[in-house]
Amino acid sequence: MTGTKSGSAVSTHSATAARPTKLRASGINKTFSRDGVVTPVLENVNLEVGEGEFLCLLGPSGCGKSTLLNIMAGFLDPTAGTVTVDGKPVEGPDPRRIFVFQERGVFPWLTVEGNIGFGLFRLPKAERERRIAHYVQMVGLQGFEKAYPQELSGGMKQRVEVARALAVDPDMLFLDEPFGALDSITRLIMRRELLRIWQAERKTIIFVTHDIEEAVQLSDRVVVMSTRPATIQTIVEIDIPHPRDLSSARYLELRDGIFDQIGLAHKI
Amino acid sequence: MKFLVRLRPFFFILLLLVLWQFAASGGHDHLFPTPVQVGAGLVELFSQGLLAKYIIASLFRVTWGFGLAVLTAIPAGLTIGWNRRLEMALNPLLQLLRPISPLAWIPISILWFGVGDMAAIFLIFLASFLPLTLTAISAVESIPPVFVNAGRNFGLGSWELVWRVLYPSVMPRLIIGIRITLGIAWLVVVAAEMIAVNSGLGFLIVDARNAGNRYDLVVAGMVTIGCIGLLLDTGMRSLEKIRSLRWTY
Amino acid sequence: MISDRLRTRLEPVILPLLMAAALLLAWHYGVKWSKSNVFPSPLAVQKGMAELVRKGLLWKYIADSLWRVGVGFGLGASLGIPIGLTLGWYPAAGEVVNPVIQMVRPISPIAWIPLSIIWFGVGNPGAIFLIFMAAFFPILVASMNGVRNVPAMFRLAGQNFGLNPVQILSRVIFPASLPQIVIGLRIALGIAWLVVVAAEMIAVDSGLGYLVIDARNSGKRYDLVIAAMLIIGLIGLILDLGFRRLETLRAVRWGFRQDA
Repeated sequence: MTGTKSGSAVSTHSATAARPTKLRASGINKTFSRDGVVTPVLENVNLEVGEGEFLCLLGPSGCGKSTLLNIMAGFLDPTAGTVTVDGKPVEGPDPRRIFVFQERGVFPWLTVEGNIGFGLFRLPKAERERRIAHYVQMVGLQGFEKAYPQELSGGMKQRVEVARALAVDPDMLFLDEPFGALDSITRLIMRRELLRIWQAERKTIIFVTHDIEEAVQLSDRVVVMSTRPATIQTIVEIDIPHPRDLSSARYLELRDGIFDQIGLAHKI
Repeated sequence: MKFLVRLRPFFFILLLLVLWQFAASGGHDHLFPTPVQVGAGLVELFSQGLLAKYIIASLFRVTWGFGLAVLTAIPAGLTIGWNRRLEMALNPLLQLLRPISPLAWIPISILWFGVGDMAAIFLIFLASFLPLTLTAISAVESIPPVFVNAGRNFGLGSWELVWRVLYPSVMPRLIIGIRITLGIAWLVVVAAEMIAVNSGLGFLIVDARNAGNRYDLVVAGMVTIGCIGLLLDTGMRSLEKIRSLRWTY
Repeated sequence: MISDRLRTRLEPVILPLLMAAALLLAWHYGVKWSKSNVFPSPLAVQKGMAELVRKGLLWKYIADSLWRVGVGFGLGASLGIPIGLTLGWYPAAGEVVNPVIQMVRPISPIAWIPLSIIWFGVGNPGAIFLIFMAAFFPILVASMNGVRNVPAMFRLAGQNFGLNPVQILSRVIFPASLPQIVIGLRIALGIAWLVVVAAEMIAVDSGLGYLVIDARNSGKRYDLVIAAMLIIGLIGLILDLGFRRLETLRAVRWGFRQDA
């Protein structure tokens, strides 16, 4: 069933070697206590993310990968350890690092334009309108500028949220299972769109998912996390150039390697 | 520490009582009673046996008026909601009658029933009947068609459909409607008793004022009304927590 | 044969008219057969209504009632919304104040009449105070719950884009809780309309509630009583429909489709 381990792999090149470090998480521990019971969620997580890198955090639901993402974005404080971005410690959320929720994060009381322009309140009107138009175009929502989120499909709402994040020109994007609620066809299209945007804008992206295929399709490196308390189990470098061929031997090999890492059988 | 946090609401109430005490005893007119006087008033009412008597009188009227309304309005509303044409025919009428204050019916209820319990019960019935009917109509209309289709799919007959699908799916909304309506009934009984009868907590308030400006008894009556209203509401809310009704919350 | 399409368009108009006609006939003959000389027939009510319009009293009374509701409700909203938003925004403060709110809320606004008379005397301020008491609590509770039900995600997104607390309140929390606040306002307006009639029956000598009680006391004019009741119903209906229009505005409509 699995891909043949052919030696003729696609040209391998290290995606991270030359990059300067953008984000560094060192010695991250996180415990939650409720009613006197202390639950460890993250245990000694150390991670470096390069400038312009696309990194996936992969693990089963509820393993603590979202908690790690929230800590890196500054929404949660770690119990121990530090997160630095560009060498400076993270002390809270910052418009230079935007967190993208599932499509439920679009503001239902604003139009597509209003949502995309949400973070641009400090800019003069003309510049604001130019940027809104640019990102409406980039995510392919022309003609829907005045529409409200309830009139849009799930995939379109997700595009609005990505455009809202990109419009403030952040250095980093944090995406928390952004395509989890979409149907599988829309999900594939959205992955392609995200890669196109990433290649055009060269943001550093940290992407949380529980979907192995998604992780291998998108990222430069896949960080495989264990179950609670979450630690980094292994980091897999995905050395396939874009656009990636999903039936290539190397793709299947890397995918199945991760299947093995997580301990899943290859048969259903 | 946690204990202190939990006590905060009590401290707040205590603070308000102290402020009230100072404000009332410092005022020029001595009409407005202090909390201490109100407490004494409550004790006086209690020892005369009036408090229990009036509470029972008010609750008696609410029970009958509200109970009759529940028994008639819910079947009526469910029928109307299930039958689209009936709803079309009756809806404008119900919408016109609903905003008429139940108290505006007082002259008519006195004309029909005379001064006494029956008139008050009629007012409470009216005040509860319309909101309950409208709740039941909208509850039926909000049943997702998939539920009904699923029921038919499993071969339920019409009675089984009513009993096993309709009734459980409207229950959560009905319970909320019943709680809100009970609150309205409690507002109306007090008002009705101020005008139309000679007993009950509403009468206590008016009577205490008219017979010698006993404002301590007025406020004692108000406190009692508030406490009973709160108890009724909490009781109904605990119904909402019953497992088989809770699926929607 | 009428076509199906025509029938579906005519039914919503014709059915209520038929029902109204049937009820009016039943009322008319009910009065006739019972030989009541106190309870008026629909024709008598219609004459009574015409008399009220002719005398010009009706407009004055409607204006008086609406003015009291407008001021009392306006005060209730302008205090209830900000206080409710604040209590929802600081859950610790909300928890401290909530027991007091829950205890004062079930006291019938009508039960405040004696106190409102000592504080404000007989007249407009007293009636406005009662309407304020009736409107304030539902608005307060709706605003408080509105803020509490705003998904944390929206607040986090606001922080992420660098909004300060005031901006988060005005640009995220307020619009997010607006649908619930609008529902609270509509319910409060309905209660205010019930209470103004009751208050006018006891505490003042003008307005539609006074018309009801006065028509009965001065000469058992039950035709005027019922005419006044119908006008009360009609105005209440118009107020409610006006508010429902507000709920279809685009900025809040998203909040009303969740169970669809």
